[in-house]
Amino acid sequence: MTAPTLPASTMELAPTVQYVLRLGDDALVLAQRLGEWSAKAPELEEDVALTNIALDLLGQARALLSYAGRLEDAGRDEDALAFLRDERDWVNVQLVEQPGGDFADTIARQLFFSAYQYELYGRLVDSADETLAAVAAKAVKEVAYHRDHAARWVVRLGDGTEISHARMQAGLERMWPYVGELFDSDELERGLAGQRIAVDSAKLRAPWRHFVDEVVAEATLSITEGLWTAPGGGRRGIHTESFGYLLAEMQHLHRSHPGGRW
Amino acid sequence: MTEPEVKEQARREWPLWEVFVRSKRGLSHGHVGSLHAADPEMALRMARDVYTRRQEGVSIWVVPAASITASSPDEKDPFFDPAGDKVYRHPTFYDLPEGVEHL
Repeated sequence: MTAPTLPASTMELAPTVQYVLRLGDDALVLAQRLGEWSAKAPELEEDVALTNIALDLLGQARALLSYAGRLEDAGRDEDALAFLRDERDWVNVQLVEQPGGDFADTIARQLFFSAYQYELYGRLVDSADETLAAVAAKAVKEVAYHRDHAARWVVRLGDGTEISHARMQAGLERMWPYVGELFDSDELERGLAGQRIAVDSAKLRAPWRHFVDEVVAEATLSITEGLWTAPGGGRRGIHTESFGYLLAEMQHLHRSHPGGRW
Repeated sequence: MTEPEVKEQARREWPLWEVFVRSKRGLSHGHVGSLHAADPEMALRMARDVYTRRQEGVSIWVVPAASITASSPDEKDPFFDPAGDKVYRHPTFYDLPEGVEHL
């Protein structure tokens, strides 16, 4: 009888599996963060709006993690990938794991990330990988709405009262250091982009910036140049302090009651 | 209230909107509920999130609740009772004569 083998570390997996996990982890971690607003949003209606966005992202994550499991072909399903990986095996960008802080922080995070996902999925619909193309085709419509929702809040708060303006500006500045990582494509991604499977995220920066600049200008806010830039590393399994707490909350039920369902 | 006062009130507490959804083309919009929002654009989007998340509709109207003039419960008798005994207002009251077409 052979000893059970431990699952491979994410960074040892085939490039396509890693790439699909990156997209799936981004969506799942942000869904978890948005879920923190459930029953706590400023208004009942906004509670439903944020939860809808979280559920859209959760749907994307399920499709992507299931697909990663099938590609890996080592018997891991979406639940095994979501609940049984440790921190260093998660390859989401650090932006999505940042705590929601106040409502302005949450909205700034959402604007930056949804605008990125919008550009990404808009191009991934042409992927040579049919499953990725299909996931992107469904998701791009959802993400267009997320982006619009966030943009309207940025304008409303930025061009609102003195207090809402100051807090929205602070939200943008709190999330800005994590933006650089979104467009920091590595060898793995560029290799897959060469095969038309992935999108080289470095090429998304200009259209992303164009959209964000327009929203920020309309909101009478500004992007402060020269802020510090976070060192990044999320795609290599390096995460910020609060991520472990997020995983603990998300995974403890499954780990305490393996295979539990209701 | 003066207009600035109305605006200040709206800022402190979002006004109420009535939501009407058309479930499919060809049908009319039906009232589905109400919600609070700061302005019409926000009301429309929140209506989308609250009332059409299970594919309930293809078109949404939002109307400020304050703009609706409603009949009063106190006036129920003069408003609605007189219609109760006027069966001849229903088309089924009349017998169709033989040979009438296209009715």
